[in-house]
Amino acid sequence: MSASFHPSDELLVAYGAGSLDEATALLVASHLTLCPRCRSEVARIEAMGGNLLEELPPAPMGGDALADILARLDDAPVTLPPPPRKPARATASRAGSQIPAPLRAYLGGGLENVRWKRLTDGLEHALVVESGRTRARLYRIAPGIPIPEHGHGGAELTLVLQGGFSDHAGHYLVGDVACADDDTIHHPVADTDGHCICLAVTDAPLKLTGLVGRLISRFLNL
Amino acid sequence: MLDFLVQPSDDPGTKPARRKGRPIGKGTMGEECLALSGTDDAALLLSRVAEAGDREAFARLFQYYAPRVKTFMRKLGCEEALADDLAQEAMLAVWRKAAFFDPSKSAASTWIFTIARNLRIDRLRRERRPEVDVDDPALVPDTAPAADDALAQRQSGEKLRQALTGLPPEQAQIVALSFYEDKPHAEIALRLGIPLGTVKSRLRLAMKRIRAVLGDEMS
Ligand SMILES: [Zn+2]
Repeated sequence: MSASFHPSDELLVAYGAGSLDEATALLVASHLTLCPRCRSEVARIEAMGGNLLEELPPAPMGGDALADILARLDDAPVTLPPPPRKPARATASRAGSQIPAPLRAYLGGGLENVRWKRLTDGLEHALVVESGRTRARLYRIAPGIPIPEHGHGGAELTLVLQGGFSDHAGHYLVGDVACADDDTIHHPVADTDGHCICLAVTDAPLKLTGLVGRLISRFLNL
Repeated sequence: MLDFLVQPSDDPGTKPARRKGRPIGKGTMGEECLALSGTDDAALLLSRVAEAGDREAFARLFQYYAPRVKTFMRKLGCEEALADDLAQEAMLAVWRKAAFFDPSKSAASTWIFTIARNLRIDRLRRERRPEVDVDDPALVPDTAPAADDALAQRQSGEKLRQALTGLPPEQAQIVALSFYEDKPHAEIALRLGIPLGTVKSRLRLAMKRIRAVLGDEMS
């Protein structure tokens, strides 16, 4: 299946340029694993980077740079690519193997390694990585449970890894990225046919609204 | 042993062009006086490094790319000495990893750019760089694989170059700053004194134009 909701051009350009923080880059790399369209987009953005590199005015290198580096080559171990592996798609039905490799690297494996913490009935979370003010968290939401209302102190990105949810903008399934801008209030509700697991990135503390929101804020220490 | 460095650049006729494509050393400044003959080709030089550990080929790549990687690092805020070190280190990675370069997948400049980019993230930000693993069982494969040969790659590289050259200056500026500033677009907006929305819309227009020139219809 292929994603219908993609990260914005700005996000893809920032990922390709290397200026995204680690937590957001993790979400983008996970989406790219699930989305051939954005992979080719990022390949093109990297080609733009290569182009710009070629067009840069050269800066004179200090010292005798060439002699220095030639002297270092003998000690530089040459890395060879691993022999081509057989595509492992046959194992794709194994539990947890649908989690994109960039995320698995942080979890030390699949979802079975996640130590969920309960937030409220039907809602659990786990911190994956924090970079500066930005955090990537996993959420597990029971079928049909509304995700608490919140306004945003910053952008929030949500990548669906399992199941799905809906908000005012649409119905998000595996691979889709929902993007909530600064002043959006959205009312996401998990699909009713199974647990929904998402990777969510926030770049500022959430301003949770409503009673449940305030309770969660206390849990989350926001 | 370094006499290949002074190979005259006014004598391109001694080497036949081996491949179509943009010759290395044809920078905008016309400043390449050392090491690069007009027919050198970065992808070919990389393959000589990969297959034969060819130091001369590497030296040519170094002469061309190291000063540009240094400028890239300087633009990203590195001090002179650190920029020198990182340019050296990036080129050392080019030597070590040359066997990973695949001319059917990307241009040499693109591959070297990604090495410099990742080095910067590792050294300057001290962060990991989450990346797609092509052997990932979870990878959703391409439905219509791109033309998978070096010639097609070059042709699309040439189109991309034209597309970038044809961008209106205000869009080209945002594209360039996106690569040369280790900052979110919000800070680029602040620095240019224009609204964030304007930065985003210029970037979107630039990407749209590039897609149009490359003949891609993306939903
Ligand atoms: Zn996508």
